[in-house]
Amino acid sequence: MKITQNNQSKYEKTYLSRREILKGLSTGFGYMAFAGMHANATNSAPLTPKQPHFTPKAKRVIFCCMRGGPSHVDTFDYKPALVKDEGKELKKFKNRELMPSPWTFKTHGQSGLQISSLFPKLAQHADELCILNGMHSSVPAHPQSFLELHTGSFQFVRPSMGSWVLYGLGTENQNLPGFVSLCPPNNVGGAQNYGSAFLPAFYQGTKIGEFNQNIRAASLRNLDNKNISFKSQRQQIDYVQSLNRELLQRKKQSSQIEGIIESYELAFRMQSAVPEFMDISSENKTTLKEYGIGNRTTENFGRQCLMARRFAEAGVRFIEITHGNWDQHRNLNSALTRNCAATDQPLYALLKDLKNRGLLEETLVVWGGEFGRTPHIKQSDGRDHNSTGFSFWLAGGGVKGGITYGSTDEHGIAAIEDRMHFHDLHATILHLLGINHEKLTYKYAGRDFRLTDVHGQIAHNIIA
Amino acid sequence: MKKRTIIKLAFSISVLFLQTNIIGQVATESHPDKGIEFFERNIRPVLVNNCYKCHSAEARNLKGNLFLDSKLGILNVGDSGPAIVPGKPEQSILLSALLHKGMLKMPPKDKLSDRVTSNFSKWILMGAPDPRKPDKPKLVNNKIDLKEGRKFWSFIPPANNKASFISEGNWTRSEIDKYILAKLKSKNLSPARDATKRELIRRIYFDLIGLPPSPDQINEFIEDDSINAFEKVVDKLLRSRHFGEHWGRHWLDVARYSESNGMERNFTYPHAWRYRDYVIRSFNQDKSFKKFIREQVAGDLLGRNKRKSTNDELIATGFLALGPKPLNQNNKMLFNLDLIDEQIDATTRAFLGITVSCARCHDHKFDPIPTEDYYAMAGIFRSTETRYGTVNGQGNRQPSKLLTISSNNADQSKRIRDYEKKLDQENAKLLLMQEENRELRALKKQADSNQKARMRRLNRDIKDLKANISNIEAQAPTSEFTMGVKDGRIADARVLIRGELRNQGPMVKRGFLQVLNHVKSYPIGRASSGRLQLASWISQPDNPLTSRVMVNRIWHHLFGTGIVKTVDNFGATGDRPSHPDLLDHLALEFIQDNWSIKSLIRKIVLSRTYRLSSEFNEANAKTDPNNRLLWRMNHKRLNAETFRDAILATSGRLNRQQGKGSVISQLGDVNVSRAIRQLRQKQRDTGQRSVYLPILRNSMPEMMRIFDAAEPSLIVGKRNQTTVPTQALYLMNSPFISNQAASMGKLVMGKTNNNDDRIQFAYELAFSRLATNNEINKANEFLNKVSNNSPNQQWSIFCQALLASAEFRYVD
Repeated sequence: MKITQNNQSKYEKTYLSRREILKGLSTGFGYMAFAGMHANATNSAPLTPKQPHFTPKAKRVIFCCMRGGPSHVDTFDYKPALVKDEGKELKKFKNRELMPSPWTFKTHGQSGLQISSLFPKLAQHADELCILNGMHSSVPAHPQSFLELHTGSFQFVRPSMGSWVLYGLGTENQNLPGFVSLCPPNNVGGAQNYGSAFLPAFYQGTKIGEFNQNIRAASLRNLDNKNISFKSQRQQIDYVQSLNRELLQRKKQSSQIEGIIESYELAFRMQSAVPEFMDISSENKTTLKEYGIGNRTTENFGRQCLMARRFAEAGVRFIEITHGNWDQHRNLNSALTRNCAATDQPLYALLKDLKNRGLLEETLVVWGGEFGRTPHIKQSDGRDHNSTGFSFWLAGGGVKGGITYGSTDEHGIAAIEDRMHFHDLHATILHLLGINHEKLTYKYAGRDFRLTDVHGQIAHNIIA
Repeated sequence: MKKRTIIKLAFSISVLFLQTNIIGQVATESHPDKGIEFFERNIRPVLVNNCYKCHSAEARNLKGNLFLDSKLGILNVGDSGPAIVPGKPEQSILLSALLHKGMLKMPPKDKLSDRVTSNFSKWILMGAPDPRKPDKPKLVNNKIDLKEGRKFWSFIPPANNKASFISEGNWTRSEIDKYILAKLKSKNLSPARDATKRELIRRIYFDLIGLPPSPDQINEFIEDDSINAFEKVVDKLLRSRHFGEHWGRHWLDVARYSESNGMERNFTYPHAWRYRDYVIRSFNQDKSFKKFIREQVAGDLLGRNKRKSTNDELIATGFLALGPKPLNQNNKMLFNLDLIDEQIDATTRAFLGITVSCARCHDHKFDPIPTEDYYAMAGIFRSTETRYGTVNGQGNRQPSKLLTISSNNADQSKRIRDYEKKLDQENAKLLLMQEENRELRALKKQADSNQKARMRRLNRDIKDLKANISNIEAQAPTSEFTMGVKDGRIADARVLIRGELRNQGPMVKRGFLQVLNHVKSYPIGRASSGRLQLASWISQPDNPLTSRVMVNRIWHHLFGTGIVKTVDNFGATGDRPSHPDLLDHLALEFIQDNWSIKSLIRKIVLSRTYRLSSEFNEANAKTDPNNRLLWRMNHKRLNAETFRDAILATSGRLNRQQGKGSVISQLGDVNVSRAIRQLRQKQRDTGQRSVYLPILRNSMPEMMRIFDAAEPSLIVGKRNQTTVPTQALYLMNSPFISNQAASMGKLVMGKTNNNDDRIQFAYELAFSRLATNNEINKANEFLNKVSNNSPNQQWSIFCQALLASAEFRYVD
């Protein structure tokens, strides 16, 4: 929606423009969110930007979560031995045959990274990519691994990685949530994957949209009231605020009531700002096309990627976007082709757009799913879960581009060199954000908890 | 140069060792072979020189819990599992670490020479011959000094200490006030004025039943001039059915009550509501807290002398069955370990305010709880069978049965029996017919005309019978089931070093915490899980934690903050009591009053301290800004449930009926993530009190989630309180609030035709107070401003403003 003359004045009245909202700092989420009640009720604002432990390489994270477990041997982990050993049965895996990738790999960029023909567009950014081929996780089952990827634990209810980041760093834009999750799945742990568990609720992720549904219609809840005109509502809020201010005066001192007063102003601004923010029609046509918007195949994930860029630009700290399903037990050929086609162009556009806007160097882009897939197969044209070795890639945010770090064995079954568990990935992400993962702790139930629990090795070799 | 000397020295020491060891060796092994020689020459010196510093009994700072100075140590323990697998160098972590392959690199800085590593490889291939004594692997222990630990304040039995006690003048009304006043005086703080009658009536209604007083109830109180007017209100509210609904909810927070599993496979718990109702009932009956504990921990074992456990006693054990579980876990052992851990955590934190589960992998870092104590309790729960239901499939690998409870009336039981019998008969008939039909069909074209006719008949009959069966099923008298526990196979548990299944340590007898061994306990016989003994140990009067923890929880809800702020943590990392003597005094009285919660609440709310106003005082605030010493009443925010209930009560839409069952029981056993749409339909607002809303993990009712209701996967004695714009958006735009505002508007309009009186009435409904003239004027002004709306809408907009204001959400 373009801002028309009429609308413009409506926005002006509430002293707001998109720029202002994007840059809004002094009030909002951070200012008003107070922990505790009477005791320790201080004016500390939990979401205002906080000093990291050391100089960060990255300011924010965009996590492209590929739900289902994308096949690494068909995308980023080139295994010529599979061709040589096609059809062979390995001792450890009875009744299963090794199957080479149906796609071809080629070197790309100056760095010569091996990327399969499934990602022709993304491959153009080869020199920006840091491919992690030594990833592994604890359990080859979706829900556990998905939770472990997001919270570091599949056994216990723990805060999400995004919540930890928000807790550690606050957020740059106080007018938007600091941690958003676009179209997260309802199953495989559901809200736990963006929940704050024992961290106070203002660190929880804000869900926008539903998994596998068109992001186009998605927005925050309760953003408009059909029963009341804009003007009346503004008058109503002014009245509520006058009641609140009188109460504050009677109470003489209450940070809580101050918080509530702030929250109404922000909420009123948000209900114009958020739909406007979510509305991407103000982007120019070339950009939309670049993201694949307008093309049925790429439309939905393209919109997510574009939203991610907009959020990143607006200073949102942790952005997660989701694509699925990558669980190709069968129909590997068709389904993986479809998935890659749906994401290749948008991912390419996202990296390019971030780069052009000078955002890539301070934005860490993470791509991956809960695990990879087996190079050996039981039925033709389908690969099963593999948590012992798989691939992720990172870009921007202070990681070296054009490198491959870690590797699996010759067939791509298990990570053998420079192995990285999810805990290590978490430690590394926090490190890039300037956080010492051993020091980012929260006291709960009598002890200090951290995202990486007692684990986590930083992969120093990938840091630029 | 220097390095070489050390090696030499190490070597000569090892030769010394060699001699003594060989003497010992001869007795056990008759052929000290070449392997031993190889070990002594090539392996032991390396271990002594490069590894013992961090991996031996002498290590000042043992790393990785790995002992390389004994045979068993090298084979058995270590955080990463066994260091070596004899005969299999490729599976031996020690070797890959020496080779600097993989994550673990040892020694961390310099890789040893290829000669050394290949020696290790050879030695492991030989079967790792090792002449050293097979010393039992040690637990990292002995650090906890239990005697010292018992001196910590919360482990010392409560004592009646009147030293910090003032009975002066006529300010004090109760014993409580004497402790409070003493502290205030010591800091030169002066208590605030008494609360007005209006402030008081609103406060006591919200605190005791979680609902606002109606204008009539307010006026009745104001007009009652008798000295005991307040006492009468208190007693009336304590008798109210709503008392249990409000206070039961506080306990449900602690009991992590939920109607679904959460975690990776979020299956419903369609019978969980029985536990909810049991808790509400218990609070309404003023069940002694001691009994409440015993029922929840061991209700199934309370039947004696042919008396079976009652339904409520069985339902109570749902406390142990309600937790989140890794249902997708296919390893039953691992599943059980996590289940047990969750039960230990819930039990010890809810009743004792300490975190025993911290000792699962190592001794508790802060509290005197050694790992053995954890596994002593783990033995108790290991010997317990947990029944939580859920169904097989859709990724649920660990469904269980439920407990059957006897139906309340004999008729019902008979109906259930008859129903099951009939259903069985019909199903048997169906099976036979289907079988016959299959056989006939197999004949295909060879079937003769008789057979064909028979087939037609059969097809018709099968169809009828199926319809019949579904009819019968539709009329099923619901069988009565509940979640809970019963004793299972009785066995002690082994210590799992670092909590890992593959690192088994010594067996520990079932028992309780050593630091509290002065608490009276009964021996655990060979045939019992020990749960009954655990329940009895927790609820002994001389258990220093139980009564203090509960008294403090109650205080926390009445004052907004506990005497110990960390209500779930009375350990070393927890807060210290602001009034230790008062806490002890209340704990002792609580026990003396037969653990009666209502008596305790009555005592507290009748104190002068509780009846102070929340008025601010600058001088006091300078000394005690957080009001720790209670120079005034805290300004308390309504919790999510009370907020919603208050809105409904104010709009006249509250359904005060007791909830019947739960919509989740209508859904049955389903995977929540696949039943979202059904759920949303069922979750439509019925105007019932919030305690009866369906509480699903990862899918809380919207208003509960937004306004900081307890996260149902966690034990929450104290809720977070946040202020975020999503709350304001909810109050401005949600259909629920709009509807309630419209109702309230009609109520207000229907009361009288005079606008001033309407405003006055709305104020009293919403805030339990009258509007000032100034406020009436401002309200009229506002109504005029929105006069372009219809009168109904005008009043609806006005009422919504009151509901959305901060004053509505706070209690003075």
